[in-house]
Parts: sequence; structure tokens; C-alpha cells
Amino acid sequence: MSAISYREALRLALDEALEKDERVFLMGEDVGRYGGTYAVSKGLLEKYGSERVRDTPLSELGFVGAGIGAALGGMRPIVEVMTVNFSLLALDQIVNTAALLRHMSGGQFSVPLVVRMATGAGRQLAAQHSHSLEGWYAHIPGIRIVAPATVEDARGMLGAALADPDPVLVFEYPALFETKGEASGGKVDIASSKVRREGSRVTLVTYGGCLPKAMQAAEQVDGEVIDLRVLRPLDMAPVVGSLKKTRRAVVVDEGWRSGGLAAEVMARIMEQAFYELDAPVARVCSEEVPVPYAKHLEEAALPQTEKIVAAAQGLFA
Amino acid sequence: MKVPPPPSGKVELPVALSLALLADMLRIRRMEEKCAELYGEGKIRGFLHLYIGEEAVAAGAMRALAPEDNIVATYREHGHALLRGVSMDRIMAEMYGKREGCSGGRGGSMHLFDAAARFYGGNAIVGGGLPLAAGLALAAKLKKESRITACFFGEGAVAEGAFHESMNLAQLWRLPVAYFCENNLYAMGTALERSESQTDLCAKAASYGMATLKADGMDVAAVHKTAQRAREHVATKGPVFVEFQTYRFRAHSMFDPELYRDKGEVEAWKERGPLHTFSARLKAQGDLTEGRFLELDRAAQAEVDKAVAFAEAGTREPAEDLAKDVTTPS
Repeated sequence: MSAISYREALRLALDEALEKDERVFLMGEDVGRYGGTYAVSKGLLEKYGSERVRDTPLSELGFVGAGIGAALGGMRPIVEVMTVNFSLLALDQIVNTAALLRHMSGGQFSVPLVVRMATGAGRQLAAQHSHSLEGWYAHIPGIRIVAPATVEDARGMLGAALADPDPVLVFEYPALFETKGEASGGKVDIASSKVRREGSRVTLVTYGGCLPKAMQAAEQVDGEVIDLRVLRPLDMAPVVGSLKKTRRAVVVDEGWRSGGLAAEVMARIMEQAFYELDAPVARVCSEEVPVPYAKHLEEAALPQTEKIVAAAQGLFA
Repeated sequence: MKVPPPPSGKVELPVALSLALLADMLRIRRMEEKCAELYGEGKIRGFLHLYIGEEAVAAGAMRALAPEDNIVATYREHGHALLRGVSMDRIMAEMYGKREGCSGGRGGSMHLFDAAARFYGGNAIVGGGLPLAAGLALAAKLKKESRITACFFGEGAVAEGAFHESMNLAQLWRLPVAYFCENNLYAMGTALERSESQTDLCAKAASYGMATLKADGMDVAAVHKTAQRAREHVATKGPVFVEFQTYRFRAHSMFDPELYRDKGEVEAWKERGPLHTFSARLKAQGDLTEGRFLELDRAAQAEVDKAVAFAEAGTREPAEDLAKDVTTPS
């Protein structure tokens, strides 16, 4: 099996989904004629036509809401919101409708909607195009949040998301688009976190775009790396299992520190593995500043391999 | 705004239909009067938005729709749910927060749902239902179904981005959706002319190239005929926007002291009340007797009494089931 890029894996997943189920259609800004902002949907318009690969106006609230309605109407829409930054314009439909409808209707209406969006910083796109808000979305009951960090997951998670009867938000990482790997095309789950590297001295818990940084850091500190993969609902079992061995943990999260996902993971470690710990749990998050444009400043704002190494070593001081 | 004269003239509808429309309006009116009373007794809590005064819109429009059509409504939707076929029992039980309610007691007054009636709620975010209606219509179009989607909302929603985004999507994609705007002149307490630079609502929809219609929302016959034309247009040509000019006789919610409009205005609009003006017209042309009216009214009252008894006898969902249906069981 030959290696493909994360980007190619995402495209393959869309192609397979459209091929397999005629209820599936893709809609979003520039997904058709343009080929996708990140060229993820390139060629799909030609293959499936404009009814199923549907360019939308710049109306995030409108077309995410339309995706909810189409899902209720028996379709399996994949809605692409170009980036997480623009998803803020659709927040009402995601939070007030998609997430609530099933519970609020006494279990009558499930919303089988998939929303994909690119997220994360690191490409000098400045403050308004560099948000990492997965943690915000992971706060909301009623939606599943997934974060493919490997090529295998980039290919497999979409199919699993489409099979879910409830709304799933898929966060894709442009920082990883050129990474290469193998993608078997086999089924992947969207329920569990996974150990990506075994190690014995410290557990590094991360997800998404920070995974390669954590993997590099692990080489230097004999770290065991856990990829959360699914940010809601969190699967803490591999983290707790790993802590029985390492007794120390660093949580790495590109979101801001205050009230972030890392804080939630740390709290759960405290609740579920307090007596396994030999040191306080550390975290490496983004600095609490808007992400700046200048390369050296942007690098300083984000989690980096050296920061992770330093945090891990700090647990042994 | 100058209050127009009350609806008048001959009702050009078959007698049976006229009486059915009258009965529909009476059912809503009697149910909601009881709701207000029950709110006073503390049986119903939370927000309660009454539709009293606006009944002609739901009554006239619902009978113009087909059973396979989808309905999307707002937080002032008791009447729409009732006339769509959700039983008064289940509506009342929902307001009581009982398990037998049409949303299992999870939704309350603002979130009535019924899958069997294709009644998609009950959306309490102003404008929130409009994109959803476009999506339901998109699904019907893609699946080549004949159903249309009817979306009810107040004029306050036209200030929201969701309104404009939905109008554009619906017309751009020629979606089978009817947007029924219930213009009761006040967005909670803010009058239309105090919140909109363009107060001609049809002009807003028309700016997206959408077909528009307008009717007196206090005249159930006019509403019905206009809604029929609207449905026909949607089924054959594309989306339509309809403005029904109406008026809310009660406060916005039970917490509203009504400081924003004077009593004279409310009284003047009550002269245009949909129930008594329609009854008077039917009587004048010999389609209704006082005896028949009282019969319909007694039937509505009996239905209310039965619904209250049903709600009172309802059961409470055990708190252990709290997390049930946050997601779909696998």
C-alpha cells in the first residue's frame, strides 16, 4: 500500500461517501467550481454534478441551518464551513438547533448532519484565521467532535461520522495536509482515543495539529503519546491506563489555556487518576494572545516541541 | 399606524369550510385562555407566548396545506401545533412538563414537536427556523417529493441575518418553501417602524427575486385563499413570501407589562378581532346561527377541559432519564 497525503485522504473519503450513498451531498463555500479552498473537493463537482456538490453563498448561518433541515428531511448532508473562524457565524444553528433538537423534542428528531471545517494556526494567517476552538464545541452536549490527526483517520472518520445519527463536527488540520501516511480504507471508530507512541517516563495527551509536535517531543523524553481523536465524548481510558505506567502527564492543546480542553482533560485526570500521579499535571497551550502574523511571534504563541519537552522535564525537577 | 377597518363583506367560502375555520380559531382561543389561567395558578411555568388575536393566520394557512407538508414554527406556536393535528391533550401535557406531552416534557410551551404531524417545532431563536425550513425544502427537492415546507415566523425575524440568508438560498435554489410572516407590528416591545428602515416586508423578500403575497391576517377567509395561492405557487414555481398583517391582543409573554403600546391601540385592533368579525359576517349571510356558534364553542371548551384533565393526570419523567435522548441510542 502506498502512502498518500492527509489532503488526499480527505478527498478520497468524500468521494467514497458520495459514491456509496445517494443521500449524501456536499455543500459549502467554493466546494464545487473552485475545488475547495484547500483543494479537498477538487474534481468532485465534475464527477457528481452541482446538485450533490453544491456551491453556497457566503451564508454560514443559512447553509448550516439548511444542512440541519436537509438532514431532518432524510438526506445525509456534509456541510463544509471553510474554517472554524467562519463557523462562529453559524454558531446559533449548531448550538441552538443541531445540538438541542433531539433532547428538546423528547427524542423525536435526530439530526444526522456532518459539518467539516479547517482549524488551527501555524501558517501566518493572523488573528482572524488562526483560531483553535474545538474546545468550545466540545463543551456542548448533543454534538460529537472529532479531530483526525493521522492520514488513516482523515480517510476513515468521515464515513463513521456519516453513519452517526447525530450531528458530528469534523475538525481538519491544514497544518497536517501535506503529511503522508497509509490509509487502508478500513473502518475507524469515532469513540476512542489511541496510543500513538509507547513510552515509559511521561504521558503526552494531545489531538489534531499538535500530534506531530508531541511525537517529536516524546522522542526526547521517552514519552507515551495519546491522541484523543474524539473531543466529545472524551475517552479517558487510555490516558488513565498510561498514567499507571508513567505517573506523569503533559496535556498539549493548541487552544488557549483558560477554560480550554486541556483544562478539562486535566480535571478528569485529577478525578480519575489522582493517586497514580507523582507530579502535578502540566499543560502546553497557546499563549493568551490573538495569534499574530509575524512568523517568530506566531511560533512564540503556539505550542512547540521545545515547550512540550521543557514541560515534561519540569515534572522531574 | 392607522388601524384599518374590520374585515367585512361576504365570505366566499363553502359553509362547511367556514364553520371549520371558525371552530379552529375557537379551539386555539379557548385553549390559550385556559393556559393564561393555568399560568396564574402556577400549573404552567417558564415563558408562555399567547397567540390570542392572531388565530386567523394559523387557521387559514393550515387548511391550505397538505398532510405531507412540513411545518416549522416559532415559540408562539400553540395554535399551529393544534391545527396541524397535535392533540390538545399532548400540548397541554407538554405545558405541564409531563411525560405524555408532545415533547415528553422536555420542551414546554416554546418547543412543541410532533414527528407524525411533520411539525418541526417550536424554535425559540427568532429567525432560527428559517434556514431549517430551507433545508427541509432542499431535501424534498433532492428526493423529488411533492411536499412543501411552510415556515411561520414573526416580523421581528426580518431584522435577522437568518432571514436574508434564507430568502437568498430559497430563491437561488428555487426551494419548495412558503415563508409565512405573521406581522403583528411588534418585535416583543419594539414597533416595526422603530426597528426597520424599510417597513414594507414584501419589498425585502422581493429584493431577492422572490414572489410575494399579502393578506389581512385578521380575516381568516382572506388568509386561507392567500395561503392556497401560496401553496400552489410553491408547488409549481418556487418559494414565496407572504405577509399576514395581524395583531397580538395579549402581552408578549406573561412577564410583559406592555409599556410600549397604548390601550387605545389594542382596543382599536380588537374591533378587528378574527373571531367575532368572522362570526358576524357568517351570521349576516345566513351561514351561522347563534345556536351553532354556541355548539362549536361548547365543543372547544369540552376539549380544553379534557386536555387539562389529561395533563393533570400525566406523569413525571423520572430524573434518572435526564440524559436520555441527548444523543440517539445505538
